[in-house]
This record gives sequence, C-alpha cells and structure tokens, in this order.
Amino acid sequence: MGNPFEYAPAPESRAIVDIAPAYGLFIDGTFAEAADGGRLKTVNPATEEVLAEIAVGGEADVDRAVKAARKAFKSWSALPGAQRAKYLFRIARLIQEHARELAVLESIDNGKPIRESRDVDIPLVAAHFFHYAGWADKLAHAGLWRSRTNEHSGADPKPIGVAGQVIPWNFPLLMLAWKVAPALACGNTVVLKPAETTPLTALRFAEICVEAGLPNGVVNIVTGAGETGRALIAHPDVDKVAFTGSTAVGKEIARTIAGTRKRVTLELGGKAANIVYDDAAIDSAVDGIVEGIFFNGGQVCCAGSRLLVQESVADELLASLTRRIKTLRVGDPLDKNTDVGAINSAAQLSRIQELVAAGEAEGAERWSLAGELPGKGFWFPPTVFTGVTQAHRIARDEIFGPVLTVQTFRTPAEAVEKANNTAYGLSAGVWTEKGAKALWTAQRLRAGVVWTNTFNKFDPASPFGGFKESGFGREGGRHGLEAYLDV
Amino acid sequence: MSERLEVLKTYKLYVGGKFPRSESGRVYAVTDSKGRTLANAPRGSRKDARDAVVAARKAFPGWSGATAYNRGQILYRIAEMLEGRREQFATEVAAAEGVNRTRALAAVDAAVDRWVWYAGWTDKLAQVAGGANPVAGPFANWSTPEPTGVVAVIASQRSSLLGLTGAVAPVIATGNTAVVLAAGASALPALSFAEVLAVSDLPGGVVNILTGHPAEIAPTLASHQDVNAIDLTGVAPDAGVASARDLEIAAADNLKRVLRPGPKEPDWTADPGTARMLAFTETRTVWHPTGH
Repeated sequence: MGNPFEYAPAPESRAIVDIAPAYGLFIDGTFAEAADGGRLKTVNPATEEVLAEIAVGGEADVDRAVKAARKAFKSWSALPGAQRAKYLFRIARLIQEHARELAVLESIDNGKPIRESRDVDIPLVAAHFFHYAGWADKLAHAGLWRSRTNEHSGADPKPIGVAGQVIPWNFPLLMLAWKVAPALACGNTVVLKPAETTPLTALRFAEICVEAGLPNGVVNIVTGAGETGRALIAHPDVDKVAFTGSTAVGKEIARTIAGTRKRVTLELGGKAANIVYDDAAIDSAVDGIVEGIFFNGGQVCCAGSRLLVQESVADELLASLTRRIKTLRVGDPLDKNTDVGAINSAAQLSRIQELVAAGEAEGAERWSLAGELPGKGFWFPPTVFTGVTQAHRIARDEIFGPVLTVQTFRTPAEAVEKANNTAYGLSAGVWTEKGAKALWTAQRLRAGVVWTNTFNKFDPASPFGGFKESGFGREGGRHGLEAYLDV
Repeated sequence: MSERLEVLKTYKLYVGGKFPRSESGRVYAVTDSKGRTLANAPRGSRKDARDAVVAARKAFPGWSGATAYNRGQILYRIAEMLEGRREQFATEVAAAEGVNRTRALAAVDAAVDRWVWYAGWTDKLAQVAGGANPVAGPFANWSTPEPTGVVAVIASQRSSLLGLTGAVAPVIATGNTAVVLAAGASALPALSFAEVLAVSDLPGGVVNILTGHPAEIAPTLASHQDVNAIDLTGVAPDAGVASARDLEIAAADNLKRVLRPGPKEPDWTADPGTARMLAFTETRTVWHPTGH
C-alpha cells in the first residue's frame, strides 16, 4: 500500500476550452492567413500533443498590421480618455468573465500549474486592464508633461503612435496585459507578437477585443517566431518598441533601432539574489525561497535564483529547505494540487540541462528532488546547487528553470556585494526580522524590484522593471504610463 | 376593462445596508416643480442621523481596510447597476428636477460616467498625491493619503442624482464612509439610488442616505462628535437653506474637515479633478530607520 495520505488526482476540466485546429493572424479586426501561408504548431509541453496550427506572420503581414494600427491610431488617439477607459473596463470585465477558460488554456499551452494560472496570472491580467482603464481619462494627473523639445508643449500628455510589442512565453497573457493595457490607455495602437510556443491566449484575447467592440486596428496580433518579431521591430512606421524577453534579444533590438526615432522599453533577464540574514524567520524565508525559484518552474525573469544565506544559519536553513522541497508535487499542470508543472519547450529544457551539466562539471554539488517524471513532455525536477562560487556559470547565467544556487556570506556588506555582482538587476529579496536592516539592504541593492520578507509579488499599481542589463522602462502604476506617452 | 392601477413605492431611508422607516414615524410630501405630489419621503429625525453615524462608523474599518482595487471594483459595479436602470432614473430625475427627459437622461449618463471615473481613482490617488520623501538622513520616508473617517454630506437639492454622485463618490472612493442628507424633491432619486448601492457589493453602512429637513438634521451632523468631516456643498447660499456658517461653527467643535459651499451650485458636469477626494483625506507620513 502507498501512503494513505497521498493526494488523489484533482484535474481541472479541459471542457471549458475550445481550441480550433488552426488560427490566423488578427489584423484590423479580422483573422486571416499569413500572406505566404506559413504555419507553425503549438504543443502542450506536458504531453507534446499538438494543440493547433498557428499562422506565421511575414514582412507583408507585419506591414499590413502596422498599417491597420496606423489607420486606427488617428481616431483612437482622438477619442476622449473616458471613452478609451470604457473599452478597457469592458475588456477587464470580459477577462474576469472568461477567467477560468483563460486559465485552463494558459496552462495547456504553457505548462504552468492551473493553481498559478487560475490564482495569479489571469486575476492579474484583469486587474491590469482595470487599473489602466482608470488611467485613460486621468493622464493629465500623472505629472508626465509633454516634452518641449519636440515643438509641442502643454499639460495634456499625448500618445506616441503605433507600438510594436514582443512578449515571452512564461506569462503569455499577463505579459500581453502589461503591454496592451497601458498602450491603449494612453491612446496608442498596437501590433503585438506573442511567443511562438504560447500564442493561444493572445488569440483568445483578440476575440475578446471583438466582443468588447474595440475599434478595428487598435489591437493587432501577429503570431510567429523570431523573424516575425524582427520584422515588427524594424518596421519604419513603428514608433515605439516594447519587449520582454532575453537580454541577448534585448541587445539585438537596441542595435536594430539605433539611429531611428523609435522609443523603446526592455524588460529582460535576471539573476536575482535572495538574501537570508541570520535573524530571519527561517520558516517564512524557506517558503519565500521556494516561491522565489519554483513559481512557474523558475521560468521567471525575476526568479530568486541565487540564494545568499548568512553562514551561521546556512545548515539549518538548507535542511529546512530540502525538507520543504520534498513536499512539492511535480506533474500534470491541470491537476489542482500540482506545484511545479512542465518546462515550456524542448529548447528551454535543453538549455536548463546544459547549464546544470556545467554546474556539475565546474564542481558545484547538485541535489534534485527524486521521483518519477512523466514519460512524455518536458520536465525538470526542482534542483539545488551548493558549493557554488561566483565564478560558476550557474551563478552568473540566467538558467530560467527550477534550479537554485546557494552561496553564503558573513556580513551585510558582503551580502550586498555578492547580490550586486551580476550583470543583471531586475529583482532581489531580503529576509530579516529587523526592519532597519531590510531597508538598509534594499537601498543598496541595484535592482528594480526589491521584496522584503516576501517574493514574487506583483500588482498593477506597482512599477516593475530592471536596472543594468535587465533592461529599462517600467510597467505598472503611474510610472508605467511614461513608456507610452510622448514625454 | 378597467385601467391597471399603478403600484406605488414606499420610500424608506437607507441605513447600515437596510431600508428602515424613520424612527420618528414621520413623512413629508414631495412635490414636483408644479406643486403636484410625487410621493411621501421619510422625514428623518436627529435620532435617525445619529443611527446613521453609528452605522457609518461601524463600516469604516472594513471599507478603509479594503484594498484600493476592491473599492474600485465595487464603484465600477455601482456604475454597471446604475446603467441598467437608466430609464427608471431618467423618469425620477425629470420629475424631481422639473427638467425634460433629454436633460434628465443626460444627467443619468453623466452620473454613470462619474462613478466610472472615481472607480479608476481608488488605486491611483496614492501615486498622484503621495510619494517617497528624500529626507536627509538614514531613513525611509513616505507619505500616503488616508481616509479621514465618517463624512457627512449635505447633498445638492438641485442636482438629484448627478450632484449626489459627485458628492458621494469621492468620499467613498478614498475609503471614507458617508452619511448623506438628501432634501426636497432630490430625496426620491436619492432613495432610489440607495437601491442601486444595495445591489452593488457595497458593504452596508458605507453609504447611508437620510431624507428630511436640513434645518433639523444638518446641525446634528455638523455637531456630531463622531463625524470627521462635512461637505456643505448642498447648503449653497442660493439653495435657500439654513446658514452654512452656523454649520461650520458647529463643525469646529471637533475640528471637522469642512468642504465649504461655493457661491453657487457647482457645475456637476465639469471635470471634478482631485479636490473633493483630497478634501477628505489625511496625509500619513511614515519614517523608518535604515541600518544594520
């Protein structure tokens, strides 16, 4: 007999979603095939089942989408803010109404646990649209006046124009919301390219735009892979580029737009330090470390991938952490009890495997959660490396998977020094019961978001974005308006 | 065949999420601009006013402690519920204000849109009116606007729904709770509006609506020691009500925040800005040392 306290399977029903065999590009309010008929397949990463065929937008399609956005810009930007607000409120409400369907669809296409898509991703998507809906008629209150350097002036902020937006696969619909909601609130129109492995919720969102009565051309969704994204960013009539993804691609974008008048915001990679002082509440810190690195299987740009623990409590903390990780349930993303789902793609899985192999080869000590992984699909067990030095690749490179490195420190100054010893600067965590120490540390961390005694918290009112090679520009709150206004 | 006999509504107060009659058992006949009786409205007493303050105070911890996002959701829900009752309110506003149907409908639409506008403010005011303060020392220091508490609102007697909305929405958007006095013919749309509030997920007691004679109830609210602020807009000099100055003097007893009436009835259709929200917020500044 097995463990009598073992969980029974608790699968969320798939019946709520209806996936079509094939999807076109959403341009000017209608779906159409790519001009050259290009297609790719999107699969369920937990089963490798093909979910649908997706059109691959080429240069001609991107051009058509940008033209549609340009045409729509004139009337959309001229609408009173209160009118734009009402469209965004409608979208927020429709997302709330379709929340369960979107959560299931996201988990099927992305591989993340339903518990996360249902309780984190989709509620945040609705909240983000709700938040920016309210900004649309309050831009004059945001304190972001129009620049006098471009022959205009005044206290009434104006939109930039057509935004080309490229988003990643780790939070597909949430990243769409972060891009589309502020852009539309400020009066811009958008052409958005979802990630090639996770296009389905973006396409469902296109249908929601139609249901909301959003004017044609205000939102255009052009699916495809890297080439489609390149064509969008390079298009001469795109005024604003917004990208979330890897630092390597971010640098490529910066080079592409050099010498143009395009505005750009980049939200890139991270290698966040999670600092645990000896006066931390250890049980809370352990939960925070787990949340920090295993949320969405560590496929999170702000993941707390580098644990920095004060030497005097390192043994106690690691023992507790190991015990906690052993309770994690890896498996079917649609099971409501699953903690860690599938890795999004074969390509991402091989990157994780390569870096983990490098960690072992360079002399760090690996511990992985034992247990059988599903036979099909892309899986990697929660993994912790100890004996890590600053020179190891696993301590420097973004792994983007459920892999934690552990280093120790003796003084607060050493913790800060080690935390900042990275090219990245997206996020960081601090664990201590002493408020003054938490704030002292936070003020010295070169990171765009610092969580104290918590981790991976997001809110539409709270600006998010990086220092250094984690990119620039902020998404969320009043600060997030600046990226989409002519300031 | 006999003509169908209309079922008339009994108008009742709205206190603590319930619809009681006035404890005094009194009503007054509400008449339209031509002197015809529209209905009876409860004539609230000083005791009703005190009961409403108790209800508002009881609701304050929950409402002010709700997340700004949650308050925004509920204010937006009020707009949704009001939108669905446009016809009803157009009829009631036309009767109460003696305006034609087109103007009444425009006022109802403007009221819906005003609720949407304030729904969007709940989670933004702190970023516009608050902020981090770069003090010269090892401290984290920040300021946030916080609700002042229970706010008494002497509502407009002329703009029965839009004026009521323009006064009440900024009070509750920021987390205050309200005791509203609606008088004259405005009483009827105000009490019908309570029915909208009652189905909008708004916790009972956050908005309490009294009707009656301002000369009787306003002094009780102005001098009440558990009321933190008072909006005297509805006591505009040209509104023909008792002296706003007397009420302001009474309000001084516990240093209520007073929103004084202007020289004339406000233009409720104009962009309200942030003034009404800021009138009923306190700035809280937090100092916290940094060091190790």
